[in-house]
Amino acid sequence: MGLIQFTNKGIYCKQGDFYIDPWRPVNKAVITHGHADHAKWGNKSYLCHTLTKPILEERYNLYGNVETLPYNQQIDINGVKLSMFPAGHVIGSAQIRLEYKGEIVVISGDYKTEYDGISTAFEPVKCHTFVSESTFGLPIYKWQPQQLIFNSIDSWIAENHNKNKTSVLVAYSLGKAQRLIQNLKSGYPIFVHRTIAALNEAFRKAGVQLPSTIQTTPEIKKDELQKGILIVPPALADGKWIKSLTNPAIGICSGWMAVRAGRRWRSADAGFALSDHADWPGLLDAIKATEAEKVMVTHGSTAIFSRYLNEIGIEAEEVKTQYGDEEADEKVEADIEENVTEKKIQA
Amino acid sequence: MRRFAQLIQELELSNKTNDKIAALVAYFSEADDRDKPYVIAMFTGKRPKRPITTTLIKQWAIELTNLPEWLFTESYHSVGDLSETIALVLPEANNYINKPLHQWITELAALQGKTDEEKKEYILTSWNSLATQERFIFNKLISGNFRIGVSNKMLVNAIAKQSEQEANKIMHSIMGKWQPHEITYEELTAGAHVNTDNSWPYPFCLAYAIDTAPENLGATTDWQAEWKWDGIRGQIVKRNGELFIWSRGEELVTDQFPELHFLKDELPDGTVLDGEILAVKDGSVLSFSTLQQRLNRKVINKNQLDNAPIGFYTYDLLEFNGKDIRTEPLSKRRNCLEQMIGNLTTKNIAILSPVIEYKDWQELAEKRETAREINSEGIMLKHVNSAFHAGRKRGDWWKWKINPYTVDTVMIYAQKGSGRRANFYTDYTFAVRDGEKLITIAKAYSGLTDKEIKEVNSFVNKNAIEKFGPVRTVKPELVFEIAFEGIAESKRHKAGLALRFPRIARWRKDKKADEINTLDDLRQLLSSASL
Repeated sequence: MGLIQFTNKGIYCKQGDFYIDPWRPVNKAVITHGHADHAKWGNKSYLCHTLTKPILEERYNLYGNVETLPYNQQIDINGVKLSMFPAGHVIGSAQIRLEYKGEIVVISGDYKTEYDGISTAFEPVKCHTFVSESTFGLPIYKWQPQQLIFNSIDSWIAENHNKNKTSVLVAYSLGKAQRLIQNLKSGYPIFVHRTIAALNEAFRKAGVQLPSTIQTTPEIKKDELQKGILIVPPALADGKWIKSLTNPAIGICSGWMAVRAGRRWRSADAGFALSDHADWPGLLDAIKATEAEKVMVTHGSTAIFSRYLNEIGIEAEEVKTQYGDEEADEKVEADIEENVTEKKIQA
Repeated sequence: MRRFAQLIQELELSNKTNDKIAALVAYFSEADDRDKPYVIAMFTGKRPKRPITTTLIKQWAIELTNLPEWLFTESYHSVGDLSETIALVLPEANNYINKPLHQWITELAALQGKTDEEKKEYILTSWNSLATQERFIFNKLISGNFRIGVSNKMLVNAIAKQSEQEANKIMHSIMGKWQPHEITYEELTAGAHVNTDNSWPYPFCLAYAIDTAPENLGATTDWQAEWKWDGIRGQIVKRNGELFIWSRGEELVTDQFPELHFLKDELPDGTVLDGEILAVKDGSVLSFSTLQQRLNRKVINKNQLDNAPIGFYTYDLLEFNGKDIRTEPLSKRRNCLEQMIGNLTTKNIAILSPVIEYKDWQELAEKRETAREINSEGIMLKHVNSAFHAGRKRGDWWKWKINPYTVDTVMIYAQKGSGRRANFYTDYTFAVRDGEKLITIAKAYSGLTDKEIKEVNSFVNKNAIEKFGPVRTVKPELVFEIAFEGIAESKRHKAGLALRFPRIARWRKDKKADEINTLDDLRQLLSSASL
């Protein structure tokens, strides 16, 4: 058996006796990034990148049992050398590099190869075994440079203002929301939902520079929102509150919006293919750059992507994990929260 | 082209009729005048002959991308649309050109008769000069198949609004015979071509399903009841010595039904009949599946003529002695129709669809229950003073259909949908029990709410057993009640029978897979149904 095994609790490193992104409670969890499908509550101790710590603190109230590591710094766990390299996915996202007796394994978590202006840029790491996602592992997914996408979001917002519509951007709270806040150039005030505001605050405390935002509260008038930009997590997009705004125009920011079916299914007014995952060329470039002898494909189009890798001469296999769509997981969280909010309003 | 691409995007993103109409009105106000007739032609299904086969287009795309064919196919299954798949997988264009829409269409039409090499060169050059969204439109222009949720009625309403004309007139005009390269948008909206055209039909008057108890409609004497026949609704037009048969899909189907050609000699000029094209033998209407043998065939053999002889059951008279009488009351039109049919020398082929005699609603309800015995779908109720409206209008005509048949089945296969449902398992195959085995009897993809679809989708994700390309076999656990309109023997299906119009009536969460119907239940139904 090699340096890692795929068990029913998660990716396990026997030599170091720790798990990476476990989905069941374990003693020692090494976390690639703060999305709920990778960072679960309930482990005895955590090791994550310095900027993932504020997320765990904010989301799970974890204090005292979270150790951190900056990028490019090696530590030793029972003889296994562990270090973290930027994954470019969201703030604090890290690829975990393990080295033991000359064998090197890199677990990438989720990653994207384009620099997004706020998360530390992805760095390829040479290794023998590379564990990769394949969320957008089909050749139909090829992102536009993000500047073009932000230009079209900005002009969509400008048009909404002309038509007296309220611009509502749907983006998950961790990562996409901060990326929008950082890159939108229209100069309108940005209102954010509570879950986003809380994360922004945590990041600011940890020293991340973010443009200022205003947390939405029931006191803020609807015409004030109409004059600004509103960013909400996916679960709220179909909610009653959004429908009650002044002429809401809903723009969903997600890689799935690259395909017409994705846009129409969500019945949004606009879809922007802005993703925090690597696109097809991004996945292939990243994998080639690792020079890995073996690729393990954990989630997404696993079967298709690993078959293709094998055909182009890169040994690959699919492994079953419980990682998936961070939007789906976040939806559950926000659903609960919206119910609570609605109950409060009713009371 | 860019303006048209924008229109398509607006139409696709909106699911509100008013927004779609607004987008169309804006388009017809702003677009290049020469493009507009082509857009109207496309949206009403006036399709030019396809210049290049799908196989070639696909082959060239695969060559250009260097993708293995299986990967292209997987991509197609994920996207759900070939034109879009090609637009997405091709390498980025490096030489953008913005040609007007009509120029693209004309150039594509000019490819007819060229060699494959010449066609290929044109297509590859074009792909290399278009951005993804426009490339998608370009691919759609090749197939001529735009399905974007714009009904004829919606299009007509938009054009009427934009050109400040009556909707009826526009409907006439765009349903007539015209070629987009021979007509201007102004001529089309003014209806310049329709008076000189002998063939033009009237828009069909359509009925809504009755949404109340018939007792609430008032006096029975105000309502003419007829059988609702299950065939092809059609209009027969005779003007200036020419005969035209139109189907409701606005297709000219004259050549498909030689049995009706005698009407050319027997109907007076200036006559338009509304009725149903049916398979009729010895005075009895045959099932729709029998009629189907006669549809969309270029050549009809003797066997087909013998098995499914055609009859035309007339409902209404729209034009009489060259005069449009659609606004006359139904009772008066019916009198003229009876006279007209009575004057035909050839009897028993074009006949009057009978008016049902009834004293009270109760009696009519009882007669309705017998509809299946004569292969009717139920009853039509038409107000005796009603006009023959253009399109669907609430209040004057109602359809009162018999309840569909239903069968409890279990889902055994699931496939991802296409179009807006491409990321979800939405197309299901259902089975009934045949001894120890399950045997498939229907495929259906409509009838569930979005929420239910998501629920089924997550069941499929968790319970998929095997996969065959895009199809997943799933644990036979979810029970669905399938509604259908008819049942027929079928050699093509393993079960030996086929359901007509199957759709999901309900998700029976209360039932278990061992409580579903058996194949024998369906066989009994088949033998009791009149064929």
